[in-house]
Amino acid sequence: MSFHTTINGTRWTFDDLKTLLAKASPARSGDALAGIAAHSAIERVAAQTALADLPLKTFLDVDLVPYDEDEVSRLILDSHDLPAFAPVSHLTVGAFREWLLDTRTTTSQLTALAPGLTPEMAAAVSKIMRAQDLIAVAAKCNVVTAFRSTIGLAGRLSTRLQPNHPTDDSRGIAASLLDGLLYGVGDAVIGVNPATDTLHDYVRVVSLLDDVRQRLDVPTQTCCLGHVATAIQAINLGAPVDLVFQSIAGSEKANRGFGISLSVLAEAHDAALSLARGTVGRNVMYFETGQGSALSADAHFGIDQQTMEARAYAIARRFSPLLVNTVVGFIGPEYLYNGKEIARAGLEDHFCGKLLGVPMGCDVCYTNHAEADQDDMDTLLTLLSAAGVSFVIAVPGADDVMLNYQSLAFHDILYARQTLGRRCAPEFESWLSRVGLADADGRLLEQPASGAIGPAIAMIETMRA
Amino acid sequence: MIRDDPPRDGDQLAVLDKLAGLRRFTPARIALGRCGSGQPTMTGLNFMLDHARARDAVHAALDCEALGRSLRERNWDVIAVRSSAADRAEYLRRPDLGRRLSPEGRLAIEGQRRGNDVAIAAADGLSASAVEINLLPLLDHLQPLLLAKGLTVGPIVLVEQGRVAIGDEIGETLGARLVVVLIGERPGLSAADSLGAYMTWQPRIGTMDSNRNCISNIRPAGLLPEDAAAQIVGLVELAFRHAVTGVQLNDLRGADAMPLVGPRE
Repeated sequence: MSFHTTINGTRWTFDDLKTLLAKASPARSGDALAGIAAHSAIERVAAQTALADLPLKTFLDVDLVPYDEDEVSRLILDSHDLPAFAPVSHLTVGAFREWLLDTRTTTSQLTALAPGLTPEMAAAVSKIMRAQDLIAVAAKCNVVTAFRSTIGLAGRLSTRLQPNHPTDDSRGIAASLLDGLLYGVGDAVIGVNPATDTLHDYVRVVSLLDDVRQRLDVPTQTCCLGHVATAIQAINLGAPVDLVFQSIAGSEKANRGFGISLSVLAEAHDAALSLARGTVGRNVMYFETGQGSALSADAHFGIDQQTMEARAYAIARRFSPLLVNTVVGFIGPEYLYNGKEIARAGLEDHFCGKLLGVPMGCDVCYTNHAEADQDDMDTLLTLLSAAGVSFVIAVPGADDVMLNYQSLAFHDILYARQTLGRRCAPEFESWLSRVGLADADGRLLEQPASGAIGPAIAMIETMRA
Repeated sequence: MIRDDPPRDGDQLAVLDKLAGLRRFTPARIALGRCGSGQPTMTGLNFMLDHARARDAVHAALDCEALGRSLRERNWDVIAVRSSAADRAEYLRRPDLGRRLSPEGRLAIEGQRRGNDVAIAAADGLSASAVEINLLPLLDHLQPLLLAKGLTVGPIVLVEQGRVAIGDEIGETLGARLVVVLIGERPGLSAADSLGAYMTWQPRIGTMDSNRNCISNIRPAGLLPEDAAAQIVGLVELAFRHAVTGVQLNDLRGADAMPLVGPRE
């Protein structure tokens, strides 16, 4: 099936659906690297125009990645909820955009629609939406999850505290952790990226995080972001695992590159649920994604990187995760070249995730070889806060000393709270005032109470590396 | 630290002082202080200086002429080539081009004597300053160690706009049994001058990254050149004994699990 549009007498033809989607994608280096991007600005608009005319239900008849060869495609089509799709099944992609923006389309309608949408539908409509559209619609979505704290309530912005250390030194991790708590960071999760993927280190890191959390009685959850197979082993050893983490991508082949499959994720999900460690909810999975991961694994099947990214959210929602975030600027300039491309991708990923019913967050970040700086991160944080992002990630002074890239600083979270008026998770907010880190209205005190983290500092001083 | 209110309680001050005392456990930027939601002015400027260093390192050009002169003074055969990436902007967007020689570069290497055991390529990668600072001290230690193992070594191929995998084409064209690629790593905020060393047995165009071994963080304040040289030669010796590099060699030597973070090229 080919697609056409005519602009000023010139007829533009797109051979198939994946070509149409790729050419309709707002410009980014990764699609150019893959050789599938539009060759001119006019060709891009022509593709967007043809895409706007496409009936939404077309996506139910075309498998972009062959159904028989790809378990992600099978998951997407087999779990599609036709009755949920009914309210928009008669619309074109362009009319769907207008339906989403319509003030009469309510939050509850969007929630009910989510299982009726495929990732490709969400990706398609995002390609003809401006940043403002992506923000406005995402802000109407509501995805609430819970473990020891509740994530995604209206007006809230939660945070992952990321206390990484180059050699996983326990005292170094704990020092960054306490620093973050003093800024009111960590209500989504306290999560460490380990430097090595050994079972021994995994167990040591989750035990350390659990010790500190219990010592301070923080209503949050902890996570070691090792491989899912390591997490399963650790659970079998009796380690205190709150959330199981895994990086995921939009095709079976790309996930094979991560050493995972849907069945391994299901096994991990069951194992984590069996521990029953959550107090206010049972969402036990944490996933990270990012545009370009399928292409970098040569597992993109000629499909644009933003559509491949959205397909990963179909995997995520299958396992009712507590948290999902795109690590948007981490992958490097060959996929997202500069601050503008990173910001656009961050808004797209957040929009598509929320539309599909995923508790979407974002690691607002960049590497030193990207054309980006902290100003770009401030911009993206502000935009995502307006869009109602579930959570963002923060590290001491914006500098991740293990992964060698820049994320948000703890200070940036204070900015989002004070200037943009976003509050943290209610359970965590109560804890902050109870221990003397914040006042009764949730505003951080200039001077923390001595009892708040003093015992934990003393604990670190006597800890082994 | 700028405070809105005077301290109300000596114990409270003590908490922040004690937190600052934890700095000795981590290079992370903890206990920075704040003014409202902002960072103190000097803290913010220090961060910008570190980022500026990293940015300048990414965009600095490798001075192949000066480096070549110094190498020839040390009796190395030197060939200077470019990858297929025309400039830095293309290099950053097109890693595939940085992995292949330009036609002129390939011709220059085809004209060389073939069949040494070890070929060495030095590429700017993402930090030319890493190469300019660390290459000569490293080679000064590496050369005698390699020769002492009875290995024939050479030439040095200097590569502009090169990625790790360009060593495959260089090593294959030179008929080397093993190629060592010394390359500027992606600058972090704490170090912009870090050199990486990648060893590949039987280099062929299209070799997978899992078939390489890597030594990272070679710099004056990190892994010192003499220590790096000893580690490289240790790996080279093992590679020649087992005729393999990469994950398989790690398995043979019972090495720790591979880092979760991939090559920073």
